[in-house]
Amino acid sequence: MTTDLIGHFGRFGGRFVPEALIGALEELSLAHQEALTDPTFQVELMELHRTYTGRPSIITEAKRFAEYCGGARIFLKREDLNHTGSHKINNVLGQALLTKRMGKERIIAETGAGQHGVASATAAALLGLECVVYMGEEDTKRQALNVARMKLLGAEVIPVTTGSRTLKDAINEAMRDWVTNVATTHYLLGTVAGPDPFPTMVRDFHKIIGDESRTQMLELIGRLPNAVLACVGGGSNAIGIFYAFLNDQSVRLIGLEAGGAGVETGKHAATIVGGTPGVLHGTRTYVLQDDDGQTRESHSISAGLDYPGVGPEHAYLHEVGRAEYQAITDDEAMEAFSLLSKSEGIIPAIETAHALAGAMKIGKEMGDESALLINLSGRGDKDVQTAAQYFGIPL
Amino acid sequence: MSLLEESFDLARAENRALLIGYLPAGFPTLDRSISAIKAMIEGGVDVIEVGLPYSDPVMDGPVIQRASETALNNGFTTRDVFKVVATSPVPTLVMSYWNPIERFGVEEFAQELRKVGGEGVITPDLTIEESQSWISSTDKERLHRVYVVAPSTKDSRLTEVSARCSGFIYAASLMGVTGARTDISSAAQALVERIKKVSKTPVCVGLGVSTGAQAREIAKYADGVIVGSAFIKMILESNSESEANLKVKSLATELAAAVRR
Ligand SMILES: Cc1ncc(COP(=O)(O)O)c(C=O)c1O
Repeated sequence: MTTDLIGHFGRFGGRFVPEALIGALEELSLAHQEALTDPTFQVELMELHRTYTGRPSIITEAKRFAEYCGGARIFLKREDLNHTGSHKINNVLGQALLTKRMGKERIIAETGAGQHGVASATAAALLGLECVVYMGEEDTKRQALNVARMKLLGAEVIPVTTGSRTLKDAINEAMRDWVTNVATTHYLLGTVAGPDPFPTMVRDFHKIIGDESRTQMLELIGRLPNAVLACVGGGSNAIGIFYAFLNDQSVRLIGLEAGGAGVETGKHAATIVGGTPGVLHGTRTYVLQDDDGQTRESHSISAGLDYPGVGPEHAYLHEVGRAEYQAITDDEAMEAFSLLSKSEGIIPAIETAHALAGAMKIGKEMGDESALLINLSGRGDKDVQTAAQYFGIPL
Repeated sequence: MSLLEESFDLARAENRALLIGYLPAGFPTLDRSISAIKAMIEGGVDVIEVGLPYSDPVMDGPVIQRASETALNNGFTTRDVFKVVATSPVPTLVMSYWNPIERFGVEEFAQELRKVGGEGVITPDLTIEESQSWISSTDKERLHRVYVVAPSTKDSRLTEVSARCSGFIYAASLMGVTGARTDISSAAQALVERIKKVSKTPVCVGLGVSTGAQAREIAKYADGVIVGSAFIKMILESNSESEANLKVKSLATELAAAVRR
């Protein structure tokens, strides 16, 4: 879907970075291209996925939860069952292997909810790499448990105290580290945003989700699903499950963004639904920004979706109409969170709950003949404190 | 010939490097940024670089980050940058990340800057591959286009980027972000020498320069010396506008003496 050599998706994507990083991006691009066609690399990665990640992940039909979705059949792609509890590990293992291939010994990563940080720290431990994770000071407080996890895994966590002290500022700080230490360090970006080749490379490491799902659905129900749904922060789990279905025109692809307190209130993180085209973190995409092009702060109950940008390929899929994007409010997400927990015995990540809330709407719209495939991107253990607070459960 | 090009010629005739001073517009307030620039010029700065504060300055260290944040909190808007440029009696360029320019309108930005007498724009995160509309707009308004190259930039790319620069080429003295350093790395001189092999455009060195001794060293091999964070620090460390401007002026005086070979 990349339409040229420097990573454009239509008018989106590209590279907006200091010259200092161009060499590293070219090196990474080349390593990624070579790895794609190198059987040794592919075998090594698949073997890790089989024996470490726990792939292929299963599909669970959610029969009781389906009752809240207008009777549509609901299929959950269980990325929550991966090692470290989310889809993030797919990308992290791929990039960590590339890091070794490029002869670098240090990785840096940004994290919001802590899931990508934990996955990065995990891969670093497994492959013997030094790991530094940048995390907004606000988020280190919201996700204290994940900070401890990263430290237990041997990573250094650096709280970021500039700007809004959240994910966006953690990315800024990681970029500054990278500009300074690029000769020895790989920036292991956690989503399909950033300058080329990140959007393409991270997608390629996640497309295994859709590849597996497509085959599994054909085996399970003898046909393709009517719609595929996923939550969208930066957009990695969504593009991962969408990609195999892009050419199946009968399949609706639906991304659910974080609507926070409601898009109309301005307190949200629904970048495509409520943002405008601009440049952020090295790529042209939809951005939450003011009239002067200053980035606006995003708001979401889910730290992993709390980002004022989005991957450029989603901006493109939106513009050409191949995928649809809708906003889910904090309250709608928390209702779906609770319903899935009680009807299926699966506690989802709050990020993922946005996709589930989307299924409740889309299922009612599409009716009981339809089959919906949902990317269950992560498990909710990390969110127990936030959810308990939300529902008034004393801790 | 542009005013900027005349300044380079004059400096060459006087056997010295050009001194370029950076300050963000609107820091700490719009009026004070204008008076601080005046103090810089009184102290001997030849060319002014006016920063356009941005919410996500990935090429900047803590000092410029803090100054940008202050300016934005005090209500800076893109139009203010033109007000500051308009008051400057010496050749003046704007330094801006790309998104505020794109948001303002690429052509409109170039037109406005030309109208207030700006000489050009330094764009630290705009790559030549993404520059089509920028090149046509700046050409049309006869504005200088300055890209920033780094010690890691390969020779083949230096040729490509230099070919699209005019006025001068900004050579980053080191791998890293803006902010004062105690030493200037040997990478700076090597980079300038590599650029000189592929381009006749003047080369100025910035990032990390803060003292007369450093400026003297760089003036030996570069056409210009760029100082930013050190001036901002003077303002941050002062208790009043008059104290800040005195300190800014005296730093400018020290640096201006140092760039004479
Ligand atoms: C479980 C889970 N799902 C989704 C996301 C959002 O990221 P993306 O949109 O890149 O999939 C996160 C990010 O932290 C996450 O932890």
